[in-house]
Amino acid sequence: MARTIIPFGPQHQVFPEPIHLKLVLEDEIVKEVVPALGYVHRGLEMLADVRDFHQMIQICERVCGICSTIHAQCYCQGIEELMGIEIPDRARFLRVIWAEIHRVQSHLLWLGLFADAFGFESLFMQCWKIREKIMDINEATGGNRVNPSINIIGGVKRDMNPDMAQWVLTQLDLVEKEVNHLEKVLLNDYTVKKRTVGKGVLTREKAMELGAVGPTLRGSGVEQDIRQIGYAAYGELAHRPVVGIDGDAYSRNRVRFLETLQAIALVREAVSKLPAGDISVKVKGKPEGEVVTRVEQPRGELMYYIKGNGGKNLDRLRIRTPTFANIPPLLSMLPGIELADVPVIVLSIDPCISCTER
Amino acid sequence: MDILKKLTRKSRIKSPWLLHFDCGSCNGCDIEVLACLTPVYDIERFGIINVGNPKHADLLLVTGTVNHRNKKVLVNLAEQMPEPKIVVALGSCGLSGGVFREAYNVIGGVDKIIPVDVYVPGCPPKPEAIIDGVVTGLEKFSKKKDG
Amino acid sequence: MKEVISTTKGTVVSKTVDMKKDGYRFVTMSCVELDADTVDILYHFDRDLHLKHLRLTIQKKEAVPSVSLVYFAAFLVENEIQDQFGIRFDGLVLDYERTLYLEKEAPDAPYCRISVSRDVKSGED
Repeated sequence: MARTIIPFGPQHQVFPEPIHLKLVLEDEIVKEVVPALGYVHRGLEMLADVRDFHQMIQICERVCGICSTIHAQCYCQGIEELMGIEIPDRARFLRVIWAEIHRVQSHLLWLGLFADAFGFESLFMQCWKIREKIMDINEATGGNRVNPSINIIGGVKRDMNPDMAQWVLTQLDLVEKEVNHLEKVLLNDYTVKKRTVGKGVLTREKAMELGAVGPTLRGSGVEQDIRQIGYAAYGELAHRPVVGIDGDAYSRNRVRFLETLQAIALVREAVSKLPAGDISVKVKGKPEGEVVTRVEQPRGELMYYIKGNGGKNLDRLRIRTPTFANIPPLLSMLPGIELADVPVIVLSIDPCISCTER
Repeated sequence: MDILKKLTRKSRIKSPWLLHFDCGSCNGCDIEVLACLTPVYDIERFGIINVGNPKHADLLLVTGTVNHRNKKVLVNLAEQMPEPKIVVALGSCGLSGGVFREAYNVIGGVDKIIPVDVYVPGCPPKPEAIIDGVVTGLEKFSKKKDG
Repeated sequence: MKEVISTTKGTVVSKTVDMKKDGYRFVTMSCVELDADTVDILYHFDRDLHLKHLRLTIQKKEAVPSVSLVYFAAFLVENEIQDQFGIRFDGLVLDYERTLYLEKEAPDAPYCRISVSRDVKSGED
C-alpha cells in the first residue's frame, strides 16, 4: 500500500495555535506521527536573568493566556516555599476562587473548540457565549478579561468585598444553569457520540506509562488530581477528582464537562468559607535553595522547578506544563485512526502550544 | 469593465475574509480574536468570516512575537494572500515583542518581517479594540489599489 | 525537594528502570547549569502525588545515556535539553538533532550562561 505523508499545520483552522504534525498515512489510516514543535518557542525561562523574581510573576502569567492566574499562583507558591512565607488564610481562599473561575473559563473554551473540531458550529458559539459571562467576572474582579493579575509573592493583590462576591455567585448561577443546559447536547447528542465514542483510546496502563496528566489521565480511569495534595485552600474544601472509564475522546469530554460544574461548586464553597483578615504579608529577603512545586491547571499537572541563589535573579526557572506531558500519549492515540478524526483526537488532549514550548 | 471593478471593490469592503495566524503569542490575543467571532462581539455583522486558507483571505490578523522558525510561515502566508491585503498586528507582542522582547528566540514585532497596516495595542487588546482595528483596516483597504 | 537520590552516568538507566517497576510516573527532567564545566540533571518521578527525584551531575561534554527507552515520554524533554544546553543524549528514540525548538539562526545552547562545551559543537561539524 502506498504511504503518503500529510503535513498537518502549522496553520490550521482547527488550532488557534501553530503545531505541526507529520502524518504518515496508508490510505486513510494514520500509521505514524512525528510532531514538530518550536513555532511558539520564545525562551521565557531565560528571562529570569533580566527580570527580578517579583517581575517574573508577569512573565509567568504570560506563559499561557488561558490559564494565566494558575501559572502565577504556582510560581508564587514555589517562591513562598523557598522563602518560608506563610500566606494569610484569606489569600489562600481567594487564590482558589480565581483559579476555579479560570478553570470554568478554560473548560468552556475547550468544550467550544472541541465542538468546532467536529464541525458542530452552533455548539461552539453557545459555549463561547456562556464563557463571556466568566470573562466579565474576570474583568470586574481583576481588571482584565484574560490576565486578571492577582497573585503576588506573599498573597494576593486584590480583595473581594462581600457585594462583589455575591455578584460573582449570581453570575456563576446563571453560567451553571446554561452549562447544565448544554449537557443534553455535549454528552447525549447522536452526532457528538458518533464522532467521539471509541476514538483515540488511551488505556489506563498506557496513560500511566506515558505520563499523561489532568483530564487526559482521569479520562482513562486514574483518580489523580494535584488538588488532592491540598495546596492553597483545597485541603479545606470538599473535592473529589472526576474520573472517566473508557479513555476515549468522549470520556475526556465528559470529565471536562463535569469538572466545569465542580469548579463552580468549589467557588461557591470557597466564597462561603472565605475568612476575614489580611490578603498579603510583607516579603523580606531573597529566595535561596531549590524547590519543586505543583498545582492543577485546567489541562493537568503544572510543575515549576525554581532554584534561587540568594540574589534578586533566579538561577533557574523550569516550567513543565501539562500539554508537554500529554504529547507522548497523543502520539500513541493517533496511529490506527482515520485522517478525518485527527483534529478531534488532537483537540481531545486540550493542547496548549504556547504552554508547551514557552 | 470599470463598473465591474467598482463593484468588486465595493463588495470586497463589505465582506472581507479574515485569516488569523498565531505567531508565538501567549494565547491571550488568540482567544480574544476568537471571542470577536462569537456571539457577544460578533464581527460577522461586518461581513467578516474566519477562513483557514490564505488564498481566500483579505485580512491577516497576526498575534504574538516573531521567532526564527515561524517567520518563514508568516512570510509564506502573507505571500499567498492575493492583493490588495491588509495586515493587522495585535497585542503588545505583535507590536514590539512585548514582555518577551529580551528572550533569545524572539526577533521582535511583526513589522520586522512583513509590512503592517494597523497596530492594535493591549495585553491582550479588548475585543472592542480588535474590532476597531479591523474596521480601521477596512478603511485603508478601500483605498488600496488592486494588485 | 525532600527525596533526592544521587546517581551516576552508569546507574541512571537502571535506577530509572527500578522507578518504573515501582509504579512511578515520569514527570519530567530539569537541567541546571552549575559552573563552566558541569550541569545537574534532575529526573522527577511521581507516585500517588508523592515526588521523588534523581540527581545526576555530569560534565558538559559528556554524553548522557537516554532514558527514553524506559519512559518514552522522556524523549521530548531530552531533545529540549539538547537544544538548550548542548548536552548530548545517547540512544534517543526520536532525535531531532538539536532542532526541536531552535533554528540555525537562533543562538547556540542559550541556556548555558557561563560556557558552551566546545566538544559537542565540534562534534557536530
